[in-house]
Amino acid sequence: MSLPRASQRQLDELRRAAERALAAARACGADHAEVRLDHGSRLTASVRDEKTELLSEAQTSGLSARVVCGGRVGTATTSDHSPAGVEAAVRRAVEFAALGEEDVFAEPPPPHQLARSWPELELYDGAVARIGAERAARLAVWAERAALAEPRVLASGGAGCTRAVQHSLLATSGGFVGGLASTWLGLRAHAVAGDGTTRRSGHHWSGGRHLAQLEPPESIGREAARRAARMLGARPIATGNYPVVFGPEAASALVGLFAGCALGDAVVRRRSYLSHRLGTIVAAPKVSFVDDPHLLRAAASRGFDGDGLPTRRLDVVRKGVLRGFLLDSRSARRLDLAPTGSAGTSGTASASNFYMLPGRMAPETLLRPIRRGLYVQALMGLGFDPGTGDLSRGAEGYLIEDGELGHPVAEVTVSRNLDDLLRNIDAVARDLSRRGAVSAPSFRVDWATVAGT
Amino acid sequence: MILPAEAQAEAPFLRGPDAVDAALAGRLLAAALAHGGDLADLFFEYRRTLHLSLEDGRVRSAGGAVDVGMGVRVVCDGAVGHAYAERLDPRALLAAARSAARIARARGKPRRPAPLAPVALAGASLAELSGAEYAAILRRVDAAARRHSPAIARVDASLALVRREILVVPSDGPPRAEIQPLLRVSAAATAERGRRRETGTSATGGRRDAIWLSGHVPENMGEEAARSALLGLDSRPAPAGALPVVLAPGDAGIWLHEAVGHGLEADFVRRGGSPYAGRLGEQVASPKVTLVDDPGLHGAPGSLAVDDEGNPAGRRVLLERGVLRGLLCDRVSARALGTAAGAGRRQSFRDVPLPRMSNTTLLAGDDAPEDIVRSVRYGIYAARFSGGQVNLGGGDFVFAITEGWLIEDGRLTAPLRGVNLIGNGPAALSAVSMVGHDARLSDSVWTCTKEGQNLFVGVGMPTVKIDRLTVGGTAVGRPA
Repeated sequence: MSLPRASQRQLDELRRAAERALAAARACGADHAEVRLDHGSRLTASVRDEKTELLSEAQTSGLSARVVCGGRVGTATTSDHSPAGVEAAVRRAVEFAALGEEDVFAEPPPPHQLARSWPELELYDGAVARIGAERAARLAVWAERAALAEPRVLASGGAGCTRAVQHSLLATSGGFVGGLASTWLGLRAHAVAGDGTTRRSGHHWSGGRHLAQLEPPESIGREAARRAARMLGARPIATGNYPVVFGPEAASALVGLFAGCALGDAVVRRRSYLSHRLGTIVAAPKVSFVDDPHLLRAAASRGFDGDGLPTRRLDVVRKGVLRGFLLDSRSARRLDLAPTGSAGTSGTASASNFYMLPGRMAPETLLRPIRRGLYVQALMGLGFDPGTGDLSRGAEGYLIEDGELGHPVAEVTVSRNLDDLLRNIDAVARDLSRRGAVSAPSFRVDWATVAGT
Repeated sequence: MILPAEAQAEAPFLRGPDAVDAALAGRLLAAALAHGGDLADLFFEYRRTLHLSLEDGRVRSAGGAVDVGMGVRVVCDGAVGHAYAERLDPRALLAAARSAARIARARGKPRRPAPLAPVALAGASLAELSGAEYAAILRRVDAAARRHSPAIARVDASLALVRREILVVPSDGPPRAEIQPLLRVSAAATAERGRRRETGTSATGGRRDAIWLSGHVPENMGEEAARSALLGLDSRPAPAGALPVVLAPGDAGIWLHEAVGHGLEADFVRRGGSPYAGRLGEQVASPKVTLVDDPGLHGAPGSLAVDDEGNPAGRRVLLERGVLRGLLCDRVSARALGTAAGAGRRQSFRDVPLPRMSNTTLLAGDDAPEDIVRSVRYGIYAARFSGGQVNLGGGDFVFAITEGWLIEDGRLTAPLRGVNLIGNGPAALSAVSMVGHDARLSDSVWTCTKEGQNLFVGVGMPTVKIDRLTVGGTAVGRPA
């Protein structure tokens, strides 16, 4: 895919600013420097009752510099791309580095490891870049109208459309230069349903890099309304241990917690229950987790990482066995492992598109053998200790009775150690849909503790 | 304290050659109102930050940023147009003003802003230390934690300093400016015994200066994190089910922040999304509950003299003896509801103001804290917390306990593993049966997130007993 000329010009401009920044870092005595620049535009349109409530539009720019001076690390950020602004930020980073202590692991990766080419990941769509305020507001109105069409919906909680265009560039004193243009379009709806005595709200959103990835606005509104209405009359169930089916949204949240524990920094800091578990069983044999930065048009795809290293698909867990961590070059050195190209924009490791591989079962067949259990639609709150894996979250969803969904359930918690929970998954459905950066299909676990009445 | 703008400000829009003058502000407001609109405001913001982290005894990285810009907003018949510039260059500012004006296009006649009055500057600089001195503070935290016990295997500590200066210029009122400094220190200590490993944390801060920080704060922080980690080694699974819960004074105020506070923010109330919508003057909580939002508490993280819309921020009674008395309003919702604004806050000039809390506190009652614990036969005592969330609409809230104790026959008997508590806002407020006389402000800096905007807030409360709240532990069934 070739970028529009304006995008190319934008990246060239960022490259010139990056060269100025690297030259300034050299002049200030830095042994090594990395600069990340971005420039873009952001548009938000929110509507309620078909009236525009908010229209916000602006150009944004940012620069972050990380320097290493005598093994000491300093960072600085600014939104000022002018030559004076760039130079001032780099000088501040060098001053900050003087506060640090020598870190033998902070060295940049050797030049031969740097990425020289990377796949075209289709993260930019001109059709998204061209969306203006009127169109964005119209998309939101369509979503809202569909939500209000549901008879039990009392009010619109509002609908909103966000469009972002971003050009970013990473350049390092080791010789890496990589630029990227991307777009994002998101549409969300919020409905409030009521039945005279109780109210419930429901949300739904859809988004993507390309216009074609967006669910139709009407279906976003309808889904928000359906969720609100379906939760009316929700009540807690009796405290006990129940078989639990986690729907895709709740399952994704759990997989996200696991991903956080597989990051190099968490392992180095011993803030991960996985830190001594490489090569051991961390999930049921049906379970595999993948981190794939090369998915086309996906939320967290990247062709090179924050250290300038090439990225690749990683099998983090294969058939229940922990195969590797997500490592930036610094945490890899600390752990005496090879970096995996997982450095995020801040230099520390972050997950890209992290997901659980889907199984073969239809999601409703997961319910069939359950006489009495809980279907968890969404989890809420904190309540996770990454060092021990102890998990306790607020939950809402439905009672499962004789293999079918029953009355809506709210005001309960679901608790079990994440390690035990993942090792006792006994069924994985096929309903994986990749909307956000972390995703998972529905899965079933033999039991979890539900606290209710 | 009102000082001339030149006195202490660092922000380039408050002093020096780029200081905003009446002519420039007038031109920008005129551009913002070129197509009409009920009001417009300019929000200039300067933010200087410093961040230092000590990882396992070594300063791993030091960083900082200076961020300056202006947000401009036009309000037209309840609709908001917003744009911003990340530079103070007059051309960029004017472009932002024109962009925000689009909301009112084809609606009205140009309006002229009121003439600009002199700027009054509130707030004050607080003494800062050098970077090296801050690093020494973190080393003291580290040393105190390790001194506490040989079982402490690792300590991480970090410090963040934020100096925020704002200038708000509304089209229909006096301009106001404030210096809003903030300091936050946090520590994490990991204790190991055999195969068991537990991490304890501590955090403190607020609108605090170097003298406060250099006192006993580093040692207290280190010891607190270490104590909490060691306690974790001995903790046992918490019970599951609906039980009496005693909340310790201070940090537990985050419960009220989630269970009631968000529901009283006027934008949620207007959308019908709050369980408290349309209930002003009604009894919505136990008569023991008097809740205030107070931006005037000395040193507290949410304290402000001026909100981000240029209104003087003031103490607001939200619930008085359980009766709903007030809402938190920004200018847009205050216009719609016919109430007073003063609670409009924004993360930065890149965001629009929303009704938000400052320091939300429950006032003291009459009960002795020890009587409250003694009144519980079997329940839990919730001492420390990591945060919470509320699901507006239904009003369900959760908040996570990082340190809890089992109460058996009126005594604390065993430390418990971290769990979530879940309840419903109005129901839990009605179940408050005892309120202690030991009201205390949390000494932590809490970050409140709403619509993607993060703000510093404070919370506080005395010891409180809730007769029935669901405890999300894993131990099913009560021991005989």
